[in-house]
Amino acid sequence: MSEHPDRLWRNPEPRAGYDVVIVGGGGHGLATAYYLAANHGIRNVAVLEKGWLAGGNMARNTTIIRSNYLWDESAAIYEHALKLWEGLSAELDYDILFSQRGVLNLAHTLQDVREGSRRVNANRLNGVDAEWLDPDEVRKFCPIVNTSPDVRYPVLGATLQPRAGIAKHDHVAWAFARRADELGVDLIQGCEVTGFRKHGNKVIGVETNLGPIMAGRVGLAAAGHSSVLASLAGVRLPVQSHPLQALVSELLEPVHPCVVMSNHVHVYVSQAHKGELVMGAGIDPYNSYAQRGSVHVIEQQMAAALELFPIFARAHVLRTWGGIVDVTPDASPVIGPTPVDNLFVNCGWGTGGFKATPASGWTYAHTLATGKAHPLNEPFALERFTSGALIDEHGAAAVAH
Amino acid sequence: MLLIPCPWCGDRDETEFHYGGQAGVPYPERPAELTDEQWGEYLFVRDNPKGEFAERWSHSAGCRRWFNLVRNTATHEIVR
Repeated sequence: MSEHPDRLWRNPEPRAGYDVVIVGGGGHGLATAYYLAANHGIRNVAVLEKGWLAGGNMARNTTIIRSNYLWDESAAIYEHALKLWEGLSAELDYDILFSQRGVLNLAHTLQDVREGSRRVNANRLNGVDAEWLDPDEVRKFCPIVNTSPDVRYPVLGATLQPRAGIAKHDHVAWAFARRADELGVDLIQGCEVTGFRKHGNKVIGVETNLGPIMAGRVGLAAAGHSSVLASLAGVRLPVQSHPLQALVSELLEPVHPCVVMSNHVHVYVSQAHKGELVMGAGIDPYNSYAQRGSVHVIEQQMAAALELFPIFARAHVLRTWGGIVDVTPDASPVIGPTPVDNLFVNCGWGTGGFKATPASGWTYAHTLATGKAHPLNEPFALERFTSGALIDEHGAAAVAH
Repeated sequence: MLLIPCPWCGDRDETEFHYGGQAGVPYPERPAELTDEQWGEYLFVRDNPKGEFAERWSHSAGCRRWFNLVRNTATHEIVR
């Protein structure tokens, strides 16, 4: 890796217009801009970010990367993402600290065992690495998990995806931003979209606090605020915005060798490179844009973590936070056109968008460049909520991310 | 933690309640006459405003009553 540069991107003034305007400078927006330039040669591109780059959910996720989804459509796009992750540090010439330390999904009930075994088989049929571990093998892979049979929810086994792991989320955003900027993309911070310029049913630009910016195509990549933006263009999206909270402990010696997820007692835990334990669980139930949630949700995920890891009993909570996630009825994303011409949407990643960042950008760039779906995002169009062809990952793999 | 005013029991902790989403979404009067778009919209699409939102709550660990609230989704303030 080369020396770290003083500046990673310019801070340009917006020009009068662009071929493509991406609304939202988080991971997905930045990845989309990079692949538009790198894969499609479309460099007259702006990313408009109302705050600062990667300050929303990109700064708030628990950085877990895996592709062991049940359904074919999900496995395809998340596995494409995982393959891109494996080459991303080299491609972007920036160390994103991708650590393929393996993800365990624990089973605590007979139903969990059946579901996990089924998912292992489905993953293998889709070319996704997956193994079934019995409790002894779980103990060998992650010695600090409590595999005693005498607990309320004993570990009956686990699925393991060895290629899964974690990455450093801010490095990922900076790496995409730097390369996109080098290729000519304007990354414009402090630029909030307040409306759309339309000609008939066609979007021709956006209104912003920095003045109007014309656009050939507009791509929304605004996660929890997607509904708010889409409503400015008269589009209703099948998403609901909820808080998702996470927490970290103080810095500890390396003690946790992998990522452990449990849908049943409901927590996911890893140890960041720097040493803090990182935990998350489920969304707060109510709709919210407040980037905070209720403390009992944090209490429940810590209780779950202590069930699984008695060794953490003396760890301290250093910090908790919340992000706003956009959840669809089937827990799968929406990537594609909207009923308004030249307006595209990439949203609905809910609680699991980080792991998809490169594939989300890859497919969305294809759609924004060509106006057509890439085969990987074709099943994730808005029409599925009319046709009924849902990709139902709620019960299948996506309870915890 | 939200402090939620149950119309029967008064102010109680959020942990006693179950969330019911957007209020005032009636079952279609003649569902068989809806187009696929309209039926999909009824099944899958709800308002998601940033600001005041009329929503359903159930006091599921208390009196079990369902009721409506108007809450601000940007501040969590319960307006009425």
